[in-house]
Amino acid sequence: MIDRASAGRQDPPFRLSMLIYDKRYRSLTFQVIVFILVMSLVWWLINNTITNLANLGKDIDFGFLFSRAGYDIPQQVIPYNSDDTHFRAALIGLLNTLLVSFLGCIAATIVGVTVGVLRLSNNWLFARLMTIYVEIFRNIPLLLWILIIFAVFTEITPAPRAYRGEEGIDLFLGMVAPTNRYTAIPAIIAARSPGALELGRIAIPWLAIIFIGLLVAAVMLRRAINARASRIQERTGQRPVTWPVNLALFVVPPIALWIIFGLYLEIPQLAGFNFSGGISVDNSFVALWLALTLYTGAFIAEIVRAGILSVSKGQSEAAFALGLRPNRTMNLVILPQALRVIVPPLISQYLNLTKNSSLAIAVGYMDLRGTLGGTTANQTGRELESILLMMLVYLAISLLISGAMNIYNSRVRLKER
Amino acid sequence: MSEIHAQSVPYVRDTMLPPAAPPSRQTGVVRWLRMNLFSGWFNTVLTILGIGIIWFLFHHFWPWLSHSVWKADSVQQCREIIAARWGEGATGGCFAVIRERWHQYLFGFYPRAGYWRPIMTMGLLFIAITPVLFSVSPAIRRWVLAATGLITILLMGVAETPDWSVILMWALFGIALLMAEYAPRRLFIFTVLYPVVAIWLLWGGSLWYPLMLLAGFAVGYGVIRAVPPRRSGLATFLAIAAAVIWWLFLAEPVSGLLQDMAAMRLMPVDSNDFGGFLLAVVIGVSGIAMSLPLGIVLALARRSDMFLVHIFSVIFIEFIRGVPLITLLFVASLLLNYFLPPGTNFDIILRVIIMVTIFAAAYMAEVIRGGLAALPRGQYEAADSLGLNYWQAQRLIILPQALKISIPGIVGTFIGMFKDTTLVGLIGLFDPLKGISDFVRSNFAWKGIYWEPFIFVGLIFFVICFSMSRYSMYLERRLSRENR
Repeated sequence: MIDRASAGRQDPPFRLSMLIYDKRYRSLTFQVIVFILVMSLVWWLINNTITNLANLGKDIDFGFLFSRAGYDIPQQVIPYNSDDTHFRAALIGLLNTLLVSFLGCIAATIVGVTVGVLRLSNNWLFARLMTIYVEIFRNIPLLLWILIIFAVFTEITPAPRAYRGEEGIDLFLGMVAPTNRYTAIPAIIAARSPGALELGRIAIPWLAIIFIGLLVAAVMLRRAINARASRIQERTGQRPVTWPVNLALFVVPPIALWIIFGLYLEIPQLAGFNFSGGISVDNSFVALWLALTLYTGAFIAEIVRAGILSVSKGQSEAAFALGLRPNRTMNLVILPQALRVIVPPLISQYLNLTKNSSLAIAVGYMDLRGTLGGTTANQTGRELESILLMMLVYLAISLLISGAMNIYNSRVRLKER
Repeated sequence: MSEIHAQSVPYVRDTMLPPAAPPSRQTGVVRWLRMNLFSGWFNTVLTILGIGIIWFLFHHFWPWLSHSVWKADSVQQCREIIAARWGEGATGGCFAVIRERWHQYLFGFYPRAGYWRPIMTMGLLFIAITPVLFSVSPAIRRWVLAATGLITILLMGVAETPDWSVILMWALFGIALLMAEYAPRRLFIFTVLYPVVAIWLLWGGSLWYPLMLLAGFAVGYGVIRAVPPRRSGLATFLAIAAAVIWWLFLAEPVSGLLQDMAAMRLMPVDSNDFGGFLLAVVIGVSGIAMSLPLGIVLALARRSDMFLVHIFSVIFIEFIRGVPLITLLFVASLLLNYFLPPGTNFDIILRVIIMVTIFAAAYMAEVIRGGLAALPRGQYEAADSLGLNYWQAQRLIILPQALKISIPGIVGTFIGMFKDTTLVGLIGLFDPLKGISDFVRSNFAWKGIYWEPFIFVGLIFFVICFSMSRYSMYLERRLSRENR
């Protein structure tokens, strides 16, 4: 009907006023105007920058990245000294950012899930305690927590030499020694070391490579075993018992490594005025990591709590009515539904944590902001290039994480029919 | 059951036993304890652990808090007093630093004789936000206005205020209260005028210039009313043109003229003198006020059918959300001079406000986009079927519902932004946390004082942010239309 009616009618010829009054053309007009405005804004900014740089006698040149840096970085993941280039310094900074973010995400997830579950527990006292923790950490700026925890480590913990002698302080749990400059933690040392993989100046211990390889293999094997169990269950109705094998997959290899290579914990020992042996972690790192963990943990706890509450009680009751055991109920019914609610905000918390790690500047931890956007920018006077480059790197990290999130999200999304 | 009765079965009890009292472990405190604290071995462990934590915290912090000193001139004196009172080796808080420096934590280096100005600005803020925040309940509106009015006037009295402004304040609150009772919608006049008055009160200078800037909107509105076919493209264009001409060429001379006729002038205060919570609140409130409309526009743009508008919005939002706020603040403090025409050098607080606004707006846009997406498709179709155009549909049907859905997220963004105002300390402004505390510590008398400023500042932040989150819960309950 409509088709025939409109086919019979002649479209009016195009007039200029239709650009404003006709709905079909108006959006086109509007887009052209927006495009012109945005482009002229961009052109204006670029033009200003060029004029300003010319007035200052500067140019845009990233060559400074390959000149000698000339400053030291206390904590390095890969080797670095002050004779290296600014580029390598920025790389060290980036790795430091990634290190504290990665460890922070793991720890914050553990804290958050624990607290989130405990807030829902039947225990009145503990639920209240966890609420207080969450509210206190969520409503006070992160910067305050970083500064407080840093102050705790630098002001309250003793100097290394206080651990000496008879009246000295014992190591925490016999292993960890927090001091006012660094925290000494035990290191895992191999008696029969297999050496390290040399890649230029970077040495990756074979032990770590083997360990990660075994871990990946275990995860893949576990998936294969579970898939096979599901197939058998579909065919026969009986699900084979899988947990002993699964458990062994993750327990046996580390024990085997432990025995084969003769691993042992090297407890930090006081030698003179400082600890030797073990690993000394800079207090700025510990403070930043702890603050990020506790702060983000409070947010994650709320996300986890909301996720668990979002699965209605009827779901678990229905699963029990079907005869599913509690762990199968958890794995097959509750978690898939709760995770769908939990994961997107969780990832955005990871993103926030990564971005918040740039507050490292407050305690002097040399992350990407401290190296590329701090000392390098100040020393070379190339703050325009440095800060833009730094923003690009942060942007890349964020886009990578949110890209991963989108992939995961589309996999767990509600399959609607 | 009717066939079973006393006649047909050998024995059925036909009288009730008197009800027995429940076992003692099933009632009162004992039952509550058993249910909530000791219902199983795991629960018992948790309870013991919880008591342990509380005892640990109490044991470590109570002596320190109870030994705190509120009257001293320096840390040394604090320590002497504590040692004299509670014996050698006792530790205690030295809150004397707060007592002596509270004004710097609250106002930064704002001239002491002008403290009444931020106080009055703060009080007026409550009038200005009343029609927005407390519009649902007349009783709450009345109480909020009366309480803030009295507190403000009291504080102004303490802070040696010139008489004319106290009288003005009485008058303003009186008018606001009357309007809240009889014409609550008119209160929006305060909201519209507030920015101008606030800027004038805080930074000083002539009142006429900001007033004339505001008059630009009136000029534009007048043109729209005057040009015959109202709401036509031509009228809008002319109105914008008239306002721009007013702002560019007329506002300054006219305000100068008015200033000569009637001097409305306060002592100007430099932006560098702002600090402490005054700075945090100025940045926070202006960021909040501007990021919400900007966020709505960005969210609508991102959901727009127009390809270019959508793309620009996505690029903007993702770029801003992808970088830490601190890098944007560095752009504001270091790079903005490169991006603007040579010789431009505008106020650092304004630059920070712009950056914070942009940052919060990107997050706000995502929150509101979530609300828009959560709205059932039928609402959009219903709006279309009523024949509403795009803006009518958004204003009357879509946005009220979408914003209601996104209240928790919006307030969460506000809270995050207010907390993030502490980051301005990292670019050399005097935020309460780092800027002012470092300044206080740089004085020899208060060298090495850490915990007391942290506790003070943290407490104020906690109170503000916590009440914001509680307010959002109240608003959610108030606005929910389901299950009434």
